[in-house]
Amino acid sequence: MQKRSQMLKRAFRTAFPYTIPIFAGFWFLGITYGIYMNVSGFSFWYPMLMSITIFAGSVEFVTVNMLLGAFNPLQAFVMTLMINARHLFYGISMLDRFRGVGWKKVYLIFGMCDESFSINYTADIPDNVDRGWFMFFVTLLNHLYWFSGAALGGIFGSLIHFNTEGLEFVMTAMFVVIFTEQWLKEKNHTSSLLGLGISLLCLAAFGADGFIIPAMLSILLLLTLMRRAPEKGGGVQ
Amino acid sequence: MTLTQQIITVAMVVLGTAATRFLPFLIFPADRPTPKYVQYLGKVLPAAVFGLLVIYSLKNVNIFTGSRGIPELISIVLVVLMHVWKRQMLLSIAGGTICYMLLVQFVF
Repeated sequence: MQKRSQMLKRAFRTAFPYTIPIFAGFWFLGITYGIYMNVSGFSFWYPMLMSITIFAGSVEFVTVNMLLGAFNPLQAFVMTLMINARHLFYGISMLDRFRGVGWKKVYLIFGMCDESFSINYTADIPDNVDRGWFMFFVTLLNHLYWFSGAALGGIFGSLIHFNTEGLEFVMTAMFVVIFTEQWLKEKNHTSSLLGLGISLLCLAAFGADGFIIPAMLSILLLLTLMRRAPEKGGGVQ
Repeated sequence: MTLTQQIITVAMVVLGTAATRFLPFLIFPADRPTPKYVQYLGKVLPAAVFGLLVIYSLKNVNIFTGSRGIPELISIVLVVLMHVWKRQMLLSIAGGTICYMLLVQFVF
């Protein structure tokens, strides 16, 4: 038992620092989301329960609009699939990493938001730290940050007055760091450049609300074509 | 919307989100070998996805009006430089965010 609690402590201590920027970002976004629900006329129970059960930032903001509009469950489902389609890529990337972590796997998949995925994919987990528990704590802490932020925003939303303008950039900064970290680790930058370039092109062509799906399809198509072409020269690895 | 309709709507969103997260694991279960093509995707996709996420987090920046994305550009350059220099995740993120907040609150 002693050993187990030490192992858990070590996994928690290793995971926590990685989640600090996410704490800042999620509290900012979560509180914003709670306030948004509050001013849209919903009781604080809504952001609290939705942040726990949905746990996907952008779609939760959209859900507020769905709840204010006419009842259309099928449309709600299809919209969600489209907004969150990028999670499919996360799953494919994590097939191996989530192997052999036991019951925690179900929660790891359920809580695989952009931030949890990015940390769990790129973090250098030391050999003496249990991988499964490390990823579990990263996911759980992120989930708690998002939930508490949304709850606080929903309860005290109208009372908060301090200049947080620009704090939302913490998420961009985190994704830039993760991108840079990946760049420094990899030998071949084709895939990184492709992701950046195609997304930018699709954003210019389809606009902020509709670029994700075309960007994903183009990335998938080009990576598939490249697999066939330079296979012997190492390909895009 | 009635409360029941609201619950159904939220449930559909929960279901849709969970579907996008669980689907790959259901299609390619752990006890069977994953097809080579999917293994390849698992290796090359993350780098491209991180690029997508960077753009995704900047999707509402308008380069034609307001501050024209200049504070974003300056702060991103700072984040990358700091990260290549010190390689301390928290430091790079905090530095870039503080830089951005100062720029949008006092300069632009």
